[in-house]
Amino acid sequence: MENKIAVQIDDLTVAYNYKPVLWDIDLAIPEGVLMAIVGPNGAGKSTLIKSILDIIKPIAGSIQIYGKSYKKQRSLVAYVPQKGSVDWDFPTTALDVVMMGTYGSLGWIKRPGQKEKKAALEALEKVGMLSFKNRQISQLSGGQQQRIFLARALVQNASIYFMDEPFQGVDATTEKAIINILKELRKAGKTVIVVHHDLQTVPEYFDWVTFLNVKKIATGPVKDIFNDDNLTKTYGINYKVSVQG
Amino acid sequence: MSSAQIEIQLIASLVAIACAIPGTFLVLRKMALITDAISHSILPGIVIGFFITHDLSSPLLIILAAASGVITVILVEFIQKTGLVKEDTAIGLVFPALFSIGIILIAQNANDVHLDIDAVLLGELAFAPFDRLILEGADVGPKSLWIIGSILLITLGLLFAFFKELKVSTFDAGLASALGLSPIVMHYGLMTISSITTVGAFDAVGAILVIALMIAPAATAYLLTNDLKKMLLLSVLFGVSSAIGGYWMAHALDTSISGSMTTVLGLVFLFVYLFAPDKGLFSVLYRQKQQRIEVSLLTFLLHLGNHKEEEERHVKHLNEHINWQKVQSKSVLDLALKNNMITIDNDIVSLTNKGKNFTTEAIDYILTNKNSEIENMKDRFFLFRG
Repeated sequence: MENKIAVQIDDLTVAYNYKPVLWDIDLAIPEGVLMAIVGPNGAGKSTLIKSILDIIKPIAGSIQIYGKSYKKQRSLVAYVPQKGSVDWDFPTTALDVVMMGTYGSLGWIKRPGQKEKKAALEALEKVGMLSFKNRQISQLSGGQQQRIFLARALVQNASIYFMDEPFQGVDATTEKAIINILKELRKAGKTVIVVHHDLQTVPEYFDWVTFLNVKKIATGPVKDIFNDDNLTKTYGINYKVSVQG
Repeated sequence: MSSAQIEIQLIASLVAIACAIPGTFLVLRKMALITDAISHSILPGIVIGFFITHDLSSPLLIILAAASGVITVILVEFIQKTGLVKEDTAIGLVFPALFSIGIILIAQNANDVHLDIDAVLLGELAFAPFDRLILEGADVGPKSLWIIGSILLITLGLLFAFFKELKVSTFDAGLASALGLSPIVMHYGLMTISSITTVGAFDAVGAILVIALMIAPAATAYLLTNDLKKMLLLSVLFGVSSAIGGYWMAHALDTSISGSMTTVLGLVFLFVYLFAPDKGLFSVLYRQKQQRIEVSLLTFLLHLGNHKEEEERHVKHLNEHINWQKVQSKSVLDLALKNNMITIDNDIVSLTNKGKNFTTEAIDYILTNKNSEIENMKDRFFLFRG
């Protein structure tokens, strides 16, 4: 039974230029779930994650990570942004990008050393990218770039993982590899929150789901709430997905 | 070389280094245009500072000018945030406005101040050695040297202290923010340093060359390396060598130093743009040609594999059956022969065993795109690459 709350969101409203993107969201994410956030384009999925991570300032509401503000709990949280949010022509290597995951625990000014390098190499090994460690990042395929991003989050050794569309533009093999790692994280008691697009795979990949479209439509166990009713409410059209078990 | 010549080259080199460091990050952040804006819009800061202090190298003047540089950035971002215009338009609106305030201030007080627009825009490095810094009666060198030297020291100190923070906030501002390494502080820090460097270099090389010294060396270095540290070093190297090369060019042609330096910077970029090993124009064209031949070769081998009948494999028919306008069929045939992939008997082409294996493997590689096998496939598949 999950009872501890990892992320608690109350009355969250976020607006760009006075136009609400998220409206009065209340959401409690229990510890140890592998949760998908689903919703149409412009539903505020990425904005929700960015607000939790204090990257975007909400105009109202509060967000708590294990009962405290994000600023105090930074070390418990790892983040995988959308692959398209960075310039992959940046002059650096796969290993160096993964090392960036250690910058948070290092804090200001301190440089990464042998310990951080070792952790980064281990993370690269976990995502099957060790042999690419010195590869310039623009020379990696989309799937490999996504694995590098995942490795960068793993190296943070966090309790809660936020991932913004980790399956976007990756091949089937990489998708399987990534979801297996996410399932392992859940097994280890971590909480994993994923912005997800492919509704067909929700029941197979996730055990918890949040339907979002500016407002929160529903949140809970996939087996209880992943149904046509909620999908229709979220996407606004008659939605039919075959939901197994 | 006279001591004035040495001093001029020393000042030019320090200016080049001080510009190349923030320039590298500006190029990577795709903010090259903002240096153009800053270099112009610091003019009102310089003029007001000059009215107060009557000294072009006073620290107050540098602070005021740097402040107007930062104000430029804030104004540009403010206009951009309204969502009514894009960033380039916002830049185009802000800096002429500030620059014109500076020009009006100069024109109105032209009789009282010794500050003319030509000097501001183009600078005059040749006069730099005449303005000496006198400490307790002793001549310790040109003022410009001390100013740019101090700015360079500050820049280097900040670079070493915050290299990691600058790197992560440039590459992935979202992550930097989530990790608590405030990308906003880095952004305004970089803008402040760029403004200060611009002011410091201004006196010596003028507003136009400052932009060139910030952007051209970094853009050149970007074409040559995939490593941020090497990119910084190369930028510095290109900046300094162009500065010194430009000085001697001006000396030989008896012309403007800053103009010559900018010309050399442009020529160096052009040379690297054409001849850089990976990203250079010729290397890209060469690679595209090789790819075309590779694809043609594969198409050719596939065709041979698919057809047992002799008329389909006759040398003359191949030209018609495979669309080979872009690649000479002869070069493909020669290549296949050279690699023992085909044999030609009475003008009938047949695949050898090696050719058959290669074709199967290549098709397999293309269809599955197995990441783990790319490495060992590559050497065999891409015949022409090193």
